[in-house]
Amino acid sequence: MSATTDLHAIAMRPRDESARRARGRRRHLVDQAVRLFCLIATAIGVFFLASILVTLIWRGAPAIDLTVFITDFRPTTYGEPDAEKGGLLHAILGSFVQAGMGVAVGTPIGILVGTYLSEYARQTALGNAVRFVSDVLLSAPSILVGLFIYQLVVLPMGGFSGIAGGLALSIIVIPVVVRTTEDMLTLIPNTLREAVVALGAPKWKMITLVAYRAALSGMVTGILLAFARIAGETAPLLLTSFGNNVVTWDMSKAMASLPVTIYQQANSGFPDLIQIAWAGALMITTGVLLVNIIARTLLRKRI
Amino acid sequence: MKSSAIAPARRSSGSFGDIVFEWLCRGAGVFVLLLLGGIIVTLFIGGLPAFRQFGLDFLTSTRWDPVEGREQFGGAVAIVGTVMSSILAIILAVPVAFGIAFFLTELAPPWLRRPMGTAIELLAAVPSIIFGMWGLFVLVPFIQRNIQLPFGDALGTLPLVGFLFQSTNFAGTSIFAASLVLAIMILPFIAATMRDVFEQVPPVYKESAYGLGATRWEVMGGVVIPYTRISVVGGIMLGLGRALGETMAVTFVIGNANRIATSFFDPTTTIASVIAMEFPESLAGGLQQSSLFALGFLLFLISFIVLASSRYLLRPRLKG
Amino acid sequence: MNRRSLLALSAALPMLPSTGFAQSATITGAGATFPRPLYERWAQAVREQLGIALNYQSIGSGGGINQITARTVDFGATDAPLSTAQLTERRLMQFPSVLGSVVLSANLPGVADNALRLTPEIIVEIFMGRVARWNDPRLVEMNRDIRLPNLPVSPCYRADGSGTTWVFTTYLSRVSEAWRTGPGAGTAISWPAGNGARGNEGVSNIIRNTPGAIGYIENAYAVVNRMTTTQIRNKSGRFLAPEMPAFLAAAAAADWTVPNFAADTIDLADPAAWPITSPTYILLPTDPPADKVAASRNTMRFFDWAFRNGGDMARRLEYIALPSVAHDMIRAAWARQVRDPSGAAVWTGSAA
Repeated sequence: MSATTDLHAIAMRPRDESARRARGRRRHLVDQAVRLFCLIATAIGVFFLASILVTLIWRGAPAIDLTVFITDFRPTTYGEPDAEKGGLLHAILGSFVQAGMGVAVGTPIGILVGTYLSEYARQTALGNAVRFVSDVLLSAPSILVGLFIYQLVVLPMGGFSGIAGGLALSIIVIPVVVRTTEDMLTLIPNTLREAVVALGAPKWKMITLVAYRAALSGMVTGILLAFARIAGETAPLLLTSFGNNVVTWDMSKAMASLPVTIYQQANSGFPDLIQIAWAGALMITTGVLLVNIIARTLLRKRI
Repeated sequence: MKSSAIAPARRSSGSFGDIVFEWLCRGAGVFVLLLLGGIIVTLFIGGLPAFRQFGLDFLTSTRWDPVEGREQFGGAVAIVGTVMSSILAIILAVPVAFGIAFFLTELAPPWLRRPMGTAIELLAAVPSIIFGMWGLFVLVPFIQRNIQLPFGDALGTLPLVGFLFQSTNFAGTSIFAASLVLAIMILPFIAATMRDVFEQVPPVYKESAYGLGATRWEVMGGVVIPYTRISVVGGIMLGLGRALGETMAVTFVIGNANRIATSFFDPTTTIASVIAMEFPESLAGGLQQSSLFALGFLLFLISFIVLASSRYLLRPRLKG
Repeated sequence: MNRRSLLALSAALPMLPSTGFAQSATITGAGATFPRPLYERWAQAVREQLGIALNYQSIGSGGGINQITARTVDFGATDAPLSTAQLTERRLMQFPSVLGSVVLSANLPGVADNALRLTPEIIVEIFMGRVARWNDPRLVEMNRDIRLPNLPVSPCYRADGSGTTWVFTTYLSRVSEAWRTGPGAGTAISWPAGNGARGNEGVSNIIRNTPGAIGYIENAYAVVNRMTTTQIRNKSGRFLAPEMPAFLAAAAAADWTVPNFAADTIDLADPAAWPITSPTYILLPTDPPADKVAASRNTMRFFDWAFRNGGDMARRLEYIALPSVAHDMIRAAWARQVRDPSGAAVWTGSAA
């Protein structure tokens, strides 16, 4: 291996005292330089995260009050000083409903596929193909999912709808849940499986009653992560559920969602609406980051 | 659960359930395959009118004219913009990601590793529209005021590379801004993949190197990287795959001009941006909408190739 | 979550916040983004006064045309008028709701609001990318009383499809043959030069942050955000500042008797008229089926109320109300053109 030969060369250098010391100094300097670089690199990463959070808080916090949570859309108050201030209730509820549908539809499918990959098809050709496709879907551009649902659901239905939005989100949920389910299930030692089957349980009961329970916290983590991911997705919803100014539970009509509403209001041109958009941005980011922290804590506790 | 510790399991009680459950799982797996197939087919059929109308010119023409009566659509600018901005993002992100991964695996004191690692992972969780807004309101003015206006003219006079900095666009929204935002977005993915593979190097290799007197950097460069280089490339390609499809973050800061960028500070566009911008206005069944589907299909093709390569490179290797 | 709690939750759903419109009539519209703030303001008032709730989706003029053609909404909204042939083919009638103006805003340090003077020819040159610096002799020539800085000229435009672009490019095509045969007019075109941005906010951000930038934006937006605007020379040779009297003059000088109310308000000869003004239109089906007759009538009642009582609201949001003679013509067109399945007119007057 080239590594060992390099090290061999290092070790076998001529024993000239000053040359060795000079080389040693240089190696030491290089090592220090690289350490510094890595420290800076990590600082850069953390700096950007901090910059984003600071911007969100600085711009969004002033608009966060009770109104923003309990009022639905109101037109800008420009020119009408007595008018009611608007809020994001329609967007918050719409996001919950559509993300909820995304998780409700995508999770069962994702769990079944993850189970298939872990319990039935660890090395088979079909299993490898499914695993591959799931990974591709995981990183695929989400706007293309929006285009797909537009053709499949929006056009036949004749208009934007919360159902289309929920379906688009479920497609994004599936690969996330597949990945975590498969990973969690493969972590379960085979001895557990063998013990259960030896007691006479059929395979499907072994999986549903024992394996799932053993992997539960990991799977729940996967669902939480998927929920956090779709809560922030804008592009697919732009083409499927678009937006609605009114608080509505009717999923067959267009529905608001936080990311799309932020996008629209940031674009509106009225400072009071833009302020609300920043508040929404702060809300989403806080929610998503919290869910991520909780999910990762759960995951670590398990391992 | 009927059981008997002595008698062998009776197959009849659960075999029906077993068959049903297995087919359920397999059916779900096949469904996922069909889903991907469905997406590809839908994009292709949607784009067919455009492909038929423009043929291969669609890939090479830079003319994107939606004006009624003389519609002509060529995807060259969007395709080049997508690839260029993503590659630039990779160039910016990889060294920093490497630095982070090295820091997290070798240099950081143990009490710092978990919080730092979490902080980097949280960067991956931030929704892309937030990156877009931050990019537009914070990064773009910064680039414009602190880089382009003071140094742009001076950089433009450099021999050989000067043209890369010459631009008539002083708005700050440019391919450079987009690449920078993309780089920040894919940084955590690449860093996490690198860290994971670095941690998989058997400690005995590293320890023998240390035993011979190697510095940390020499262990990194001489042992860890050669051992993991294929997986590292796989991780980089994963980041590339994500950068190619990013929509909201890029749309806000790239300048949205249908011209190929010859300078860092030039505005241009990407496939995802064009679709996000023009799809809502396009008439259903019209040539413009079809062209957008065609672009979507091409984007999928490019992403698919990159993601497939990444997965191939990242597959678990037999240690030996 | 076990089955019992799931059932309990679903039973509780109807008691969660409701739309509040369960008892009132709801109409839906979709289309142009330009008049959205005004429709939303009107919607608020009409909801309180008449009990009619409007849900308006601003998906762009193209989307509005799509949806009303497919009859998935009650009315469509578009900034660019449809031709008679298109209207007949889709069985729609068209009427204007309000007017808006497009203005030019420029970031020139030291130059006051409405001080810069631009002619149509130089505007075309700027957006063609053929004017490099602000102290170009052509610009200095027409602005002898102000000091133009030596900054690069950075034009900016709307990259997302928009009615504002349609209005501005129609104006450019009208005043320049080279522009008409070149980039042309549309809700989205291929711009020869400059930077594109998403929405009003994007364009104004570029202008605000870039010394030397110039872009076109809706007047309402320019006023709300106190942007520095420019004078434009109109067809009669006068330089006009983008202010309400100029806009009202354009609205008054337009001929509203043309078919489908597609009045030409761009580059009018009237000496006091602002050259870049345009109505925004509503599309209504001429043959609503029996179950849609009520919605059709409510849509007309909505706009009737807006015409009678919404003028002040429009003005406070910097839109331009139609002259009342146009309102009367519109009501007559409703009575004439929108018929229910039995052939009777759906619109039966304001009192209904």
